[in-house]
Amino acid sequence: MKTEQTEIKNTETVIEINSISKSFGNQEVLKNISLQLLKGENLVILGKSGSGKSVLIKCIVGLLSPDSGNIQVFGKDVTTSNRKDMNELRQRIGFLFQSGALYDSMTVKQNLEFPLRRIKKQLTQKERDEKINEVLEHVGLADALHKMPSQLSGGMRKRISLARTIVVDPMIMLYDEPTTGLDPVTSNEISELINEVQRRYKTSSIIITHDIKCAIATANRMIMIQDGAVYLEGNSAVFENATDPFIKTFFN
Amino acid sequence: MKILDPVIKVTSFASAQSVILSEKTIAKTEEANNFLTDVANVFLFITSIFKETFSRDFEFKEFFRQCFQIGNKTLPLISITGIIMGIVLTIQSRPTLLNFGAVTMLPGMVAVSLIREMGPVITALICAGKIGSGMGAELGSMKVTEQIDAMEVSSTNPMRFLVVTRVLAATLMIPLLVLYADALGILGSWAAINIKGDTSFFLFFSQAFRHVEFMDFIPAFIKSFLFGAVIGLIGCFKGYNAGRGTESVGIAANSAVVLSSLLVIITDMIAVQITDMLVK
Repeated sequence: MKTEQTEIKNTETVIEINSISKSFGNQEVLKNISLQLLKGENLVILGKSGSGKSVLIKCIVGLLSPDSGNIQVFGKDVTTSNRKDMNELRQRIGFLFQSGALYDSMTVKQNLEFPLRRIKKQLTQKERDEKINEVLEHVGLADALHKMPSQLSGGMRKRISLARTIVVDPMIMLYDEPTTGLDPVTSNEISELINEVQRRYKTSSIIITHDIKCAIATANRMIMIQDGAVYLEGNSAVFENATDPFIKTFFN
Repeated sequence: MKILDPVIKVTSFASAQSVILSEKTIAKTEEANNFLTDVANVFLFITSIFKETFSRDFEFKEFFRQCFQIGNKTLPLISITGIIMGIVLTIQSRPTLLNFGAVTMLPGMVAVSLIREMGPVITALICAGKIGSGMGAELGSMKVTEQIDAMEVSSTNPMRFLVVTRVLAATLMIPLLVLYADALGILGSWAAINIKGDTSFFLFFSQAFRHVEFMDFIPAFIKSFLFGAVIGLIGCFKGYNAGRGTESVGIAANSAVVLSSLLVIITDMIAVQITDMLVK
């Protein structure tokens, strides 16, 4: 797989996670995790299923609240923000769900229009239509405008879901298992799209995955989570050359 | 040692029994705890519905879409049920009234029965099955497939967009459906009377409405709003609070129907008692 990765030179932080912990009942999912997302970088978070990766990014957008610690997004503390402030922050964050989460009762166009109408209220209908056509062309599905989600394949659903996320020009992208359930060819296409989104829209992204090919193709930096804590951090080379048995098992 | 054997047996039996008893106590306590948590959650759910109903950004478009959906989904079913209610009531009551020589009271009796009780309750029960289960299943599957979370991260309040619009649409539409079912029931009764005799349309209706008073109509109309609110509320609550697996969608739909039907009957009983006290 050959994809171009953007080189990150600046050190401006857009997300700063400080010592967050989260438990569900007796199960401690996140244990005192701290990490930063730099402006313009693709940060891949790797880990086994159930290691708390998805919980971590759901805490970032306020879908879950951490039990302790704080999360700063563009300098604002997500853990203490009210709904109004949170909604303002969410307008700058795109979230690609593992299942795609397309609205079943709406067409592709209506799915894309839904966040546009709420976040970019100043746009006219003509401008909205132009924006929708533009992002659908970017994801290579301009002809799917009037289709229902049930008429789309798994890969197409992921692409439309990505289009719905980028249609509002987010500054941060959070990808939750973007290649899960897809065949290798479609997975590669999605990885290329993630890099394309980073280049075209200048986004900073967190990519949650356990797909090593996707991780290597998209990462500027990687973090491995194990048992709710950061296990290893570095670039692709650090992970590929690691002698640690767990990392080696994961990468093989 | 032989002397101690029975003592050891009794002690171990007693300790095993006490373990079983304490396990049962823990299970019962957990059940009671879950029930109280559910009650508290329903209360919080209703509170946030009230809060969102009076917020500035009411979702009018989605509210009208839901009103149309409820009417569109249930109209054929309510039409058939309404007519059959009128026909059956008439055919069943006619022999008894004939025995008492009061067959002229038949249109009035049918009209009063339909308006006061049969129309609202039967319509509400049908809507509990059709609308309540639909809401439970739709919101449940939206929860399972993360669509509600997607709405939340799109800066949209899912409570306002999904729940408030559905609860208000059910509250408004079910009284209208009740009126429609009452009208068709009375028409059905006229058709049934004409199977065994010949009664003109105007004579039938003047006989029917001579016995219907204002206080027959108003309490029934008010309780129809309550039925609508109960059906919308329970359907949305069960769907919105569905678990994470696909199995929970079925559970949400099923429990929405069962609970809303039960609550319709209980609300009816309370409404009838209150009406009875007030009219006296």
